[in-house]
Amino acid sequence: MNEQAGRIQEIRALIAAHKRWDMIFAAVGLLSLMVGVLTFVALFGQMVIEGGPRLSLDFFTSFPSRKPDQAGILSAWVGSTLVMFVTACTAVPLGVGAGVYLEEYAPKNWMTDLIEINVTNLAGVPSIVYGLLALGLFVYQFGFGQSILTAGLTLGLLILPVVIVATREAIRAIPEAIREGAYALGATKWQTTSHHILPYSLAGIMTGVIIGMARAIGETAPVITIGALTFIAFLPPAPLSGDPPAGLFGWIMSPFTVMPIQMFNWTSRPEAAFHHNAAAAGLVLVVMTLSMNALAIYIRYRLRKSIKW
Amino acid sequence: MVSMAVPQARAAAAPAADHVPVKKSESAALSFYYGSFQALKNISMPIYEKQVTALIGPSGCGKSTYLRCFNRMHDLYPGNRYEGQIMLYPDNTNILHPEVDPIEVRMRISMVFQKPNPFPKSIFENVAYGLRVRGVSRRGLLEEKVEVALRSAALWDEVKNRLHDLAFNLSGGQQQRLCIARALATDPEILLFDEPTSALDPIATASIEQLIAELREQVTILIVTHNMQQAARVSDYTAYMYLGELIEFDVTDTIFVKPSNKQTEDYITGRFG
Repeated sequence: MNEQAGRIQEIRALIAAHKRWDMIFAAVGLLSLMVGVLTFVALFGQMVIEGGPRLSLDFFTSFPSRKPDQAGILSAWVGSTLVMFVTACTAVPLGVGAGVYLEEYAPKNWMTDLIEINVTNLAGVPSIVYGLLALGLFVYQFGFGQSILTAGLTLGLLILPVVIVATREAIRAIPEAIREGAYALGATKWQTTSHHILPYSLAGIMTGVIIGMARAIGETAPVITIGALTFIAFLPPAPLSGDPPAGLFGWIMSPFTVMPIQMFNWTSRPEAAFHHNAAAAGLVLVVMTLSMNALAIYIRYRLRKSIKW
Repeated sequence: MVSMAVPQARAAAAPAADHVPVKKSESAALSFYYGSFQALKNISMPIYEKQVTALIGPSGCGKSTYLRCFNRMHDLYPGNRYEGQIMLYPDNTNILHPEVDPIEVRMRISMVFQKPNPFPKSIFENVAYGLRVRGVSRRGLLEEKVEVALRSAALWDEVKNRLHDLAFNLSGGQQQRLCIARALATDPEILLFDEPTSALDPIATASIEQLIAELREQVTILIVTHNMQQAARVSDYTAYMYLGELIEFDVTDTIFVKPSNKQTEDYITGRFG
C-alpha cells in the first residue's frame, strides 16, 4: 500500500517538473507576442494622440498647404484611390490568368517548375527595384510619364506575385474529386475552370488581391522612384469628364501624389505642426489598410460558408 | 493463367436467363502504365450490355485503374500510358485510340466516384451539370431531365421540395445518389462505379446496392468493389484481379460457387487478401 502511494507521489512529482516547462514556454511565448502587439499599439496610440486632433472633414477636402493648419490630404487620397484602381485592373487579370494557367493548363515539367520558383522569388524583390524598372520602362520607354498609369502599373507588377500565389493556393485547395467530377461529365478544361475552379477559389483569390493591395497602398519607394510629386494642389480631371475618347481617360496620365508620399513630405518639414499632419495621414493610411484586411477576412468568411470540402 | 470461360446463361436471378447477352464493350490486351510502373497487364475481358460486371481483388490489384481507363480519366495526369484497346459497341470505337477525344468518351460513359463529390451548387444544378456542359439551357427540358434522373436514382421524393438547396446539406448516402443522378442525367451507355459505397454506412450502402440492381435494366454497369459480398449481391459477372492481371472472369455465381482458379478461390474464401 505504502509502496503504491510512493509510486503515485513519484509520478506526480515528475508531471509537476515537466509541467514547469509548459509554464516557462507559455511565459516566453506571451512575452514575444507582446513585443509585437505592444509595439503596434504604441505606434498607433502615438499617431492617435499626435494626429487625432487634426482629423476633420477639412483635412480630407483640403489640398496640401504651406500653412500646416490648413493643409489636407485631398490630392493624396484621391491619388492613392486612382492608383489602386489601376493596380487592381492590372494585377487581377494578369495574376489570376497566370495562376489559373499554371495550375490548370500548364504541363508539369522543369519549365513550369522554373517559372514557379521565379514567381515566388519575385515576391521577395525589393520594391525599389520595381521602381527602377518602371522608371526605365514605363516613364521613358513607353512615354507614360510620371502619371497615375505608371504608378498603377508599377504597383500592379509589385503585387502580381502575391496574386499569382494566392490564386494558385486557392485553386489547390479545391479537392481533386471535384475537378474529376466535372471532367467525368464531359467538361472541357475551360468549362471546368469557369464553372468550378474560378467560382470555388474566388474567396481565396479575393483575399490575396486585397492583401496585395493593402501592401501596395503603403508602398513609397517605387512611387518616389518613378517621380510622383510631393506637393500637388490640384486633382486629376474627373473620369469620363473630357471629350471622348481620349478625354475620358485624361486622369490616367495626370501627375499625382499618394498617401505615403504626402506623409513623407510632411515628416521632412521642420515644423512640429506638419508632423501632426503626418501622424493624421498615417492614421488614415493604417485605417485604410486595416479595413482592407478586414474586408478580406469578411469575404473569405462569407464565401467559405457555402463551401466546406 | 487467365481463365476465360465463355459466360453461359446465368443459373438464376437474371431476367435474360436463356440468351447470351450482347457485348457492350470489351478490353483487348489492355496494359496501362503510370510512368514506368505497369499497373495493368494485358487484360482482355468483355462487358455485357445491361449487365452488372464487378471487379474484385485486393488493394492495389489495379481494379480502379482498369475502371478509370473506360472514361480516359488517366488522361488528366501526365506520364500515363495505355496499350491495347477498349472497344465500344455497336459502333466499334476504340476509346483508347489517340484520335478519339476523351471528352467524347466521357459524354458516353459516366462515372460515380468512391467518395460522394457533389459540386458546391444546388441539387438541381448538380444533376443538370452534364446537360449544361452539352449546351442544354432550356429550362423546361432541364427540369424534365433532372426529375427523370433523380427518380432513377431514387432520390426524387426526398429532394423534390428543396431542389435549390445546396447539395452539401444532403446526407452522405443522399449525396452519393445525387452523384448517380448526375451521372444518369445524360443517358450514358455505360455507368462506372468506383467503390461507390466505401464511404457510406450500411443502410446507405443497402440503398445504393438496390439502386444498382434496378439500374441494370437501363444501363450497362461496371463496378469496382472491395466488398466481395457486394459483388455477389449486385453483379451478373465478376472479374477477379491480382497485381494488375485478370485472374478469372466468369458469371458471378460460378466465381463464388466454384471458381476454376485456385487463387480466386483462396481470395473468395478469405484465405488470402
